[in-house]
Amino acid sequence: MSNDARLDQYRRRFLGGAATAVTGLALAPGVMLHQVAHARPADQPVSSDVRWGMLIDTNKCGNGCNACVTACDEEHGLTGHGRPESDAQWIRKVELRDKQTGHTQSLPLLCQHCEKPPCVDVCPTGASFKRADGIVLVDKHICIGCRYCMMACPYKARSFIHEDLQDQLPHAPRGKGTVESCTFCVHRVDNGRTPACVEACNAEHHNAMVFGDMNDPDSEISQQLEKYSSRQIRADLQLNTGVRYRGI
Amino acid sequence: MRKLCLPVLAICLLVLVPLRTVLAGDGLFPEVPKAKARFSETQECVEPLADMRKNHMEYILHQRDATMHEGIRTKQHSLVECINCHVSDAPDAPRVSSEQHFCNSCHTFAAVNIDCFQCHADRPVKTGQATSPVSSVEPQPLRENAGSDAGVMEQLQALVAGGSDNE
Repeated sequence: MSNDARLDQYRRRFLGGAATAVTGLALAPGVMLHQVAHARPADQPVSSDVRWGMLIDTNKCGNGCNACVTACDEEHGLTGHGRPESDAQWIRKVELRDKQTGHTQSLPLLCQHCEKPPCVDVCPTGASFKRADGIVLVDKHICIGCRYCMMACPYKARSFIHEDLQDQLPHAPRGKGTVESCTFCVHRVDNGRTPACVEACNAEHHNAMVFGDMNDPDSEISQQLEKYSSRQIRADLQLNTGVRYRGI
Repeated sequence: MRKLCLPVLAICLLVLVPLRTVLAGDGLFPEVPKAKARFSETQECVEPLADMRKNHMEYILHQRDATMHEGIRTKQHSLVECINCHVSDAPDAPRVSSEQHFCNSCHTFAAVNIDCFQCHADRPVKTGQATSPVSSVEPQPLRENAGSDAGVMEQLQALVAGGSDNE
């Protein structure tokens, strides 16, 4: 790296830090814009200093509420053919009932963005990969549609596109013959926004989903993870998931 | 002298008339739609025009990998920005299947098939402007097959392991 580039990087970091400090001061005490701390210049690559994660509180998740699923479909232009077995689904609602007590619980299930993702392990082309900031993605330019990753995923989080598609959205390119799954709304996250499902959950005043940087001890998600007990689904597989659940 | 003039004139006509037709772009050269804006006062496109004509695919390919794998979302070589500037957002604007579409106008001429737009949007779309109906997926029904003494976590494990197949 040339000296100029290094100097530029230093300047950016300094200015970024200054901006965060100013925002922190301007807001009311106790209210911090966590997203601002991660605002990354568009020309800088993602780094492993950040690990994006999500904490879902199943006690707050509304029974019968489908807002997160609808928001995801809308955000990415996921259209169905009335065939739930094969239609693309990046996030789904699961309802559980304790048969002894009759207690019913509801929770959204999506790609768990594992630290050690089995889908990445098995991909023969390198299309399935984990970004430095922990988001697991499919590079559809490289995907050959073998669906090995779908077999490997313990959460059944991935979908395959069977039909030709039309009118895809610019930020969500999708095409026949490739596998896809939740991207943590990477196009939003890269612009300092939160995923569409989280926004929709908050809009319904359920506030069951918290999204943030699990590596930043000051982020809301880190503080909640420290304060309350939470679980990973299939923790026995030791995948260290990026999606954690409270209340299950 | 006159006998010599006529053949020369005929030859001149034979050569010049087709040449004129070619230069006028009568179906031979593509009519490429104009861009909506200039990159800067001194430069028409994001790189010098001659460079773009020859190497646009290299720029797009490089940007593709940088965006996909490193999250670099600069606009200069972004395919979405190409489309935003070169394709009209009018509802009846030509789609990529038409020879009037910016990309396809040249690619038809050069007989080079591109598959970018099997996945990518071939026209500018404003966010939240989904053109097709969105699927309505009902919450997954209660699972009754889990053992009666199974805890919630076990039920969930059984569900993710043996839930509805999606392949």
